[in-house]
Amino acid sequence: MADKSAVGKTGKPFKMHVDWSKVREFARAIKDPNPIYFDQELAKKELGGVPVPVTFLQTSAFWTDETSSPGFGGFDMRRILHGEQEFEFFKPIFVGDTLTGVTKVADVLEKEGGRGGKMTLVITETEYSNQKGEKVAIARSTLIETGQAVKA
Amino acid sequence: MAKLKYDSVKVGDEIPKIEIKGVTRPDFVRYAGASGDFVPLHYDQIFVEAAGIPTVFAQGMYTAGLLSKAVTDYVGIGNVRRFQVRFATRVWPGDVVTCTGKVTNKIEKDGEKQIEGDLVVLNQKGEPAIKGSFRAACA
Repeated sequence: MADKSAVGKTGKPFKMHVDWSKVREFARAIKDPNPIYFDQELAKKELGGVPVPVTFLQTSAFWTDETSSPGFGGFDMRRILHGEQEFEFFKPIFVGDTLTGVTKVADVLEKEGGRGGKMTLVITETEYSNQKGEKVAIARSTLIETGQAVKA
Repeated sequence: MAKLKYDSVKVGDEIPKIEIKGVTRPDFVRYAGASGDFVPLHYDQIFVEAAGIPTVFAQGMYTAGLLSKAVTDYVGIGNVRRFQVRFATRVWPGDVVTCTGKVTNKIEKDGEKQIEGDLVVLNQKGEPAIKGSFRAACA
Protein backbone atom coordinates (compact mmCIF):
# COMPACT_ATOMS: atom_id res chain seq x y z
CA MET A 1 0.00 0.00 0.00
CA ALA A 2 1.32 3.39 -0.99
CA ASP A 3 1.61 6.26 1.48
CA LYS A 4 2.66 9.91 1.60
CA SER A 5 6.31 9.07 2.30
CA ALA A 6 6.65 8.02 -1.36
CA VAL A 7 6.15 11.61 -2.63
CA GLY A 8 9.27 12.91 -4.39
CA LYS A 9 10.76 9.45 -4.90
CA THR A 10 12.37 9.20 -8.34
CA GLY A 11 13.13 6.13 -10.43
CA LYS A 12 16.31 5.44 -12.35
CA PRO A 13 16.25 7.08 -15.83
CA PHE A 14 15.25 4.68 -18.61
CA LYS A 15 15.87 4.78 -22.37
CA MET A 16 13.03 4.33 -24.82
CA HIS A 17 13.84 3.83 -28.48
CA VAL A 18 10.94 4.87 -30.72
CA ASP A 19 10.63 1.92 -33.04
CA TRP A 20 8.60 2.07 -36.28
CA SER A 21 7.24 -1.47 -35.87
CA LYS A 22 5.91 -0.53 -32.45
CA VAL A 23 4.36 2.69 -33.76
CA ARG A 24 2.55 0.81 -36.54
CA GLU A 25 1.37 -1.90 -34.14
CA PHE A 26 0.08 0.76 -31.77
CA ALA A 27 -1.71 2.71 -34.53
CA ARG A 28 -3.47 -0.53 -35.55
CA ALA A 29 -4.47 -1.25 -31.95
CA ILE A 30 -6.19 2.14 -31.62
CA LYS A 31 -7.83 1.66 -35.05
CA ASP A 32 -5.98 4.53 -36.71
CA PRO A 33 -5.14 3.65 -40.34
CA ASN A 34 -3.69 7.12 -41.09
CA PRO A 35 -0.94 6.56 -43.72
CA ILE A 36 1.38 8.97 -41.92
CA TYR A 37 2.20 6.11 -39.49
CA PHE A 38 2.71 3.56 -42.26
CA ASP A 39 4.37 5.48 -45.12
CA GLN A 40 7.81 6.83 -44.19
CA GLU A 41 8.19 8.90 -47.38
CA LEU A 42 4.86 10.63 -46.84
CA ALA A 43 5.61 11.22 -43.15
CA LYS A 44 9.01 12.68 -43.96
CA LYS A 45 7.49 15.04 -46.52
CA GLU A 46 4.63 16.15 -44.28
CA LEU A 47 6.22 16.29 -40.83
CA GLY A 48 9.93 15.51 -41.16
CA GLY A 49 9.54 12.00 -39.78
CA VAL A 50 7.07 9.35 -38.68
CA PRO A 51 5.19 10.78 -35.71
CA VAL A 52 3.93 8.82 -32.72
CA PRO A 53 0.27 8.45 -31.73
CA VAL A 54 -0.83 10.82 -28.94
CA THR A 55 -0.90 8.09 -26.28
CA PHE A 56 2.12 6.16 -27.59
CA LEU A 57 4.37 7.05 -24.63
CA GLN A 58 2.25 4.56 -22.71
CA THR A 59 4.38 1.86 -24.37
CA SER A 60 7.33 2.91 -22.20
CA ALA A 61 6.26 -0.03 -20.02
CA PHE A 62 8.30 -2.13 -22.47
CA TRP A 63 11.44 -0.14 -21.78
CA THR A 64 11.35 0.09 -18.03
CA ASP A 65 12.11 -2.34 -15.26
CA GLU A 66 11.56 -2.17 -11.51
CA THR A 67 14.54 0.14 -10.99
CA SER A 68 12.87 2.77 -13.22
CA SER A 69 9.81 2.83 -10.99
CA PRO A 70 10.08 5.35 -8.18
CA GLY A 71 8.62 2.71 -5.86
CA PHE A 72 5.43 3.54 -4.04
CA GLY A 73 4.75 0.29 -2.24
CA GLY A 74 3.03 -2.81 -3.55
CA PHE A 75 -0.28 -2.51 -5.29
CA ASP A 76 -2.85 -5.30 -5.26
CA MET A 77 -3.41 -5.92 -8.98
CA ARG A 78 -7.01 -7.03 -8.42
CA ARG A 79 -7.88 -3.64 -7.00
CA ILE A 80 -6.06 -1.27 -9.35
CA LEU A 81 -7.81 1.26 -11.49
CA HIS A 82 -6.22 3.73 -13.86
CA GLY A 83 -7.93 6.94 -12.79
CA GLU A 84 -6.53 9.59 -15.05
CA GLN A 85 -3.84 10.15 -17.67
CA GLU A 86 -2.43 13.30 -19.20
CA PHE A 87 0.22 13.99 -21.84
CA GLU A 88 1.75 17.35 -22.52
CA PHE A 89 3.96 17.81 -25.59
CA PHE A 90 6.71 20.40 -26.05
CA LYS A 91 8.57 19.11 -29.15
CA PRO A 92 7.74 16.53 -31.82
CA ILE A 93 8.65 12.88 -31.18
CA PHE A 94 9.69 10.84 -34.24
CA VAL A 95 10.46 7.23 -35.08
CA GLY A 96 14.20 6.78 -34.59
CA ASP A 97 14.38 9.02 -31.53
CA THR A 98 15.86 7.69 -28.33
CA LEU A 99 14.01 9.17 -25.38
CA THR A 100 15.12 9.25 -21.78
CA GLY A 101 12.35 9.06 -19.21
CA VAL A 102 12.45 9.78 -15.51
CA THR A 103 9.45 8.95 -13.32
CA LYS A 104 8.74 10.50 -9.96
CA VAL A 105 5.91 10.26 -7.46
CA ALA A 106 4.16 13.63 -7.59
CA ASP A 107 1.54 12.94 -4.92
CA VAL A 108 -0.21 10.28 -2.84
CA LEU A 109 -3.77 10.97 -1.68
CA GLU A 110 -6.34 9.06 0.34
CA LYS A 111 -10.01 9.44 -0.56
CA GLU A 112 -13.31 7.98 0.50
CA GLY A 113 -14.65 6.27 -2.62
CA GLY A 114 -18.08 5.04 -3.59
CA ARG A 115 -18.39 1.48 -4.89
CA GLY A 116 -14.86 0.41 -3.97
CA GLY A 117 -14.53 1.76 -0.38
CA LYS A 118 -11.46 3.73 0.70
CA MET A 119 -9.09 4.61 -2.13
CA THR A 120 -5.41 5.47 -2.38
CA LEU A 121 -4.43 7.66 -5.33
CA VAL A 122 -0.84 7.73 -6.59
CA ILE A 123 0.07 10.43 -9.09
CA THR A 124 3.28 9.91 -11.05
CA GLU A 125 4.99 12.20 -13.54
CA THR A 126 7.34 10.97 -16.21
CA GLU A 127 9.42 13.56 -18.03
CA TYR A 128 10.78 12.58 -21.45
CA SER A 129 13.72 14.18 -23.24
CA ASN A 130 15.14 13.28 -26.64
CA GLN A 131 18.69 12.47 -27.80
CA LYS A 132 19.38 16.20 -28.24
CA GLY A 133 18.56 16.81 -24.60
CA GLU A 134 15.31 18.62 -25.43
CA LYS A 135 12.33 18.10 -23.12
CA VAL A 136 9.67 16.60 -25.41
CA ALA A 137 6.83 15.50 -23.15
CA ILE A 138 5.47 14.94 -19.68
CA ALA A 139 3.11 12.06 -18.87
CA ARG A 140 1.02 12.33 -15.69
CA SER A 141 -0.71 9.23 -14.43
CA THR A 142 -3.15 8.66 -11.57
CA LEU A 143 -3.44 5.10 -10.30
CA ILE A 144 -6.13 4.18 -7.80
CA GLU A 145 -6.03 1.28 -5.37
CA THR A 146 -9.53 0.61 -4.07
CA GLY A 147 -10.28 -0.87 -0.66
CA GLN A 148 -11.99 -3.86 -2.27
CA ALA A 149 -12.59 -5.16 -5.80
CA VAL A 150 -14.93 -2.76 -7.58
CA LYS A 151 -18.22 -4.43 -8.33
CA ALA A 152 -19.55 -4.13 -11.84
CA MET B 1 -0.13 17.30 -41.02
CA ALA B 2 -2.31 20.20 -42.13
CA LYS B 3 -3.38 22.32 -39.21
CA LEU B 4 -6.87 23.65 -38.64
CA LYS B 5 -7.26 27.29 -39.61
CA TYR B 6 -7.58 29.18 -36.33
CA ASP B 7 -9.88 31.81 -37.83
CA SER B 8 -12.31 29.20 -39.15
CA VAL B 9 -12.69 27.44 -35.77
CA LYS B 10 -15.46 28.65 -33.49
CA VAL B 11 -15.98 27.96 -29.79
CA GLY B 12 -18.70 25.31 -29.67
CA ASP B 13 -17.58 23.58 -32.87
CA GLU B 14 -17.96 19.81 -32.56
CA ILE B 15 -15.25 17.28 -33.29
CA PRO B 16 -16.49 14.76 -35.88
CA LYS B 17 -17.46 11.69 -33.87
CA ILE B 18 -15.99 8.20 -34.08
CA GLU B 19 -18.29 5.29 -33.28
CA ILE B 20 -17.00 1.76 -32.65
CA LYS B 21 -19.90 -0.66 -32.95
CA GLY B 22 -18.90 -3.20 -30.33
CA VAL B 23 -15.40 -3.44 -28.86
CA THR B 24 -14.07 -6.98 -28.54
CA ARG B 25 -11.77 -9.06 -26.33
CA PRO B 26 -9.34 -9.41 -29.26
CA ASP B 27 -9.23 -5.57 -29.39
CA PHE B 28 -8.06 -5.58 -25.75
CA VAL B 29 -5.49 -8.30 -26.43
CA ARG B 30 -4.15 -6.41 -29.44
CA TYR B 31 -3.85 -3.27 -27.33
CA ALA B 32 -2.10 -5.22 -24.56
CA GLY B 33 0.48 -6.40 -27.08
CA ALA B 34 0.92 -2.98 -28.65
CA SER B 35 1.16 -1.04 -25.39
CA GLY B 36 2.80 -3.46 -22.99
CA ASP B 37 -0.12 -3.14 -20.58
CA PHE B 38 -0.40 -6.74 -19.44
CA VAL B 39 -2.61 -6.15 -16.41
CA PRO B 40 -4.61 -9.42 -16.48
CA LEU B 41 -7.95 -7.66 -15.78
CA HIS B 42 -8.19 -7.04 -19.52
CA TYR B 43 -7.79 -10.55 -20.95
CA ASP B 44 -7.69 -13.22 -18.22
CA GLN B 45 -11.22 -14.47 -17.48
CA ILE B 46 -10.08 -16.79 -14.66
CA PHE B 47 -8.23 -13.93 -12.95
CA VAL B 48 -11.14 -11.47 -13.15
CA GLU B 49 -13.70 -14.00 -11.90
CA ALA B 50 -11.48 -14.72 -8.90
CA ALA B 51 -11.48 -10.96 -8.22
CA GLY B 52 -15.30 -10.92 -8.29
CA ILE B 53 -15.63 -9.15 -11.65
CA PRO B 54 -17.96 -10.75 -14.24
CA THR B 55 -15.67 -10.47 -17.24
CA VAL B 56 -12.65 -8.69 -18.70
CA PHE B 57 -12.92 -5.00 -19.57
CA ALA B 58 -11.03 -2.59 -21.80
CA GLN B 59 -7.77 -0.97 -20.79
CA GLY B 60 -8.67 2.65 -20.12
CA MET B 61 -5.84 3.62 -22.43
CA TYR B 62 -7.30 1.49 -25.24
CA THR B 63 -10.46 3.59 -25.15
CA ALA B 64 -8.34 6.73 -24.71
CA GLY B 65 -6.49 5.72 -27.87
CA LEU B 66 -9.74 5.55 -29.82
CA LEU B 67 -10.57 9.02 -28.48
CA SER B 68 -7.14 10.38 -29.42
CA LYS B 69 -7.83 9.42 -33.03
CA ALA B 70 -10.98 11.56 -33.02
CA VAL B 71 -8.77 14.46 -31.90
CA THR B 72 -5.97 13.90 -34.44
CA ASP B 73 -8.48 13.39 -37.27
CA TYR B 74 -9.76 16.86 -36.38
CA VAL B 75 -6.60 18.87 -35.55
CA GLY B 76 -4.06 16.91 -37.64
CA ILE B 77 -1.38 14.52 -36.38
CA GLY B 78 1.55 16.35 -34.81
CA ASN B 79 -0.52 19.30 -33.58
CA VAL B 80 -1.76 18.00 -30.21
CA ARG B 81 -0.08 19.86 -27.33
CA ARG B 82 -2.03 18.35 -24.45
CA PHE B 83 -4.37 15.37 -24.11
CA GLN B 84 -5.98 14.40 -20.83
CA VAL B 85 -8.45 11.66 -19.90
CA ARG B 86 -10.29 10.71 -16.72
CA PHE B 87 -11.82 7.26 -16.62
CA ALA B 88 -15.42 7.12 -15.43
CA THR B 89 -17.21 3.87 -16.17
CA ARG B 90 -15.57 0.74 -17.58
CA VAL B 91 -15.94 -0.43 -21.17
CA TRP B 92 -17.06 -4.07 -21.58
CA PRO B 93 -16.87 -6.41 -24.57
CA GLY B 94 -19.75 -5.62 -26.95
CA ASP B 95 -20.10 -2.01 -25.81
CA VAL B 96 -20.71 0.55 -28.54
CA VAL B 97 -18.44 3.51 -27.86
CA THR B 98 -18.77 6.99 -29.31
CA CYS B 99 -15.85 9.42 -29.13
CA THR B 100 -16.65 13.08 -29.45
CA GLY B 101 -15.85 16.54 -28.15
CA LYS B 102 -16.10 20.23 -28.76
CA VAL B 103 -13.99 23.36 -28.85
CA THR B 104 -14.24 25.39 -25.65
CA ASN B 105 -11.58 28.06 -26.02
CA LYS B 106 -9.23 29.81 -28.46
CA ILE B 107 -5.92 31.01 -27.04
CA GLU B 108 -2.39 32.12 -27.88
CA LYS B 109 0.25 30.11 -26.05
CA ASP B 110 3.98 29.51 -26.58
CA GLY B 111 3.83 31.74 -29.67
CA GLU B 112 1.16 29.59 -31.29
CA LYS B 113 -2.53 29.95 -32.05
CA GLN B 114 -4.17 27.12 -30.13
CA ILE B 115 -7.60 25.72 -29.35
CA GLU B 116 -8.77 23.93 -26.24
CA GLY B 117 -11.64 21.50 -26.03
CA ASP B 118 -13.60 19.02 -23.94
CA LEU B 119 -13.77 15.35 -24.87
CA VAL B 120 -16.08 12.50 -23.99
CA VAL B 121 -16.46 8.80 -24.76
CA LEU B 122 -20.00 7.52 -24.28
CA ASN B 123 -21.25 3.94 -24.15
CA GLN B 124 -24.54 2.75 -25.68
CA LYS B 125 -26.41 3.73 -22.51
CA GLY B 126 -25.14 7.30 -22.83
CA GLU B 127 -22.86 6.90 -19.79
CA PRO B 128 -19.45 8.57 -20.02
CA ALA B 129 -16.61 6.03 -20.07
CA ILE B 130 -14.07 8.84 -20.37
CA LYS B 131 -14.19 12.56 -19.81
CA GLY B 132 -11.20 14.45 -21.12
CA SER B 133 -9.75 17.57 -22.63
CA PHE B 134 -7.19 18.63 -25.21
CA ARG B 135 -5.17 21.58 -26.48
CA ALA B 136 -3.88 21.76 -30.06
CA ALA B 137 -1.98 24.09 -32.36
CA CYS B 138 -3.73 25.75 -35.31
CA ALA B 139 -2.47 27.61 -38.34
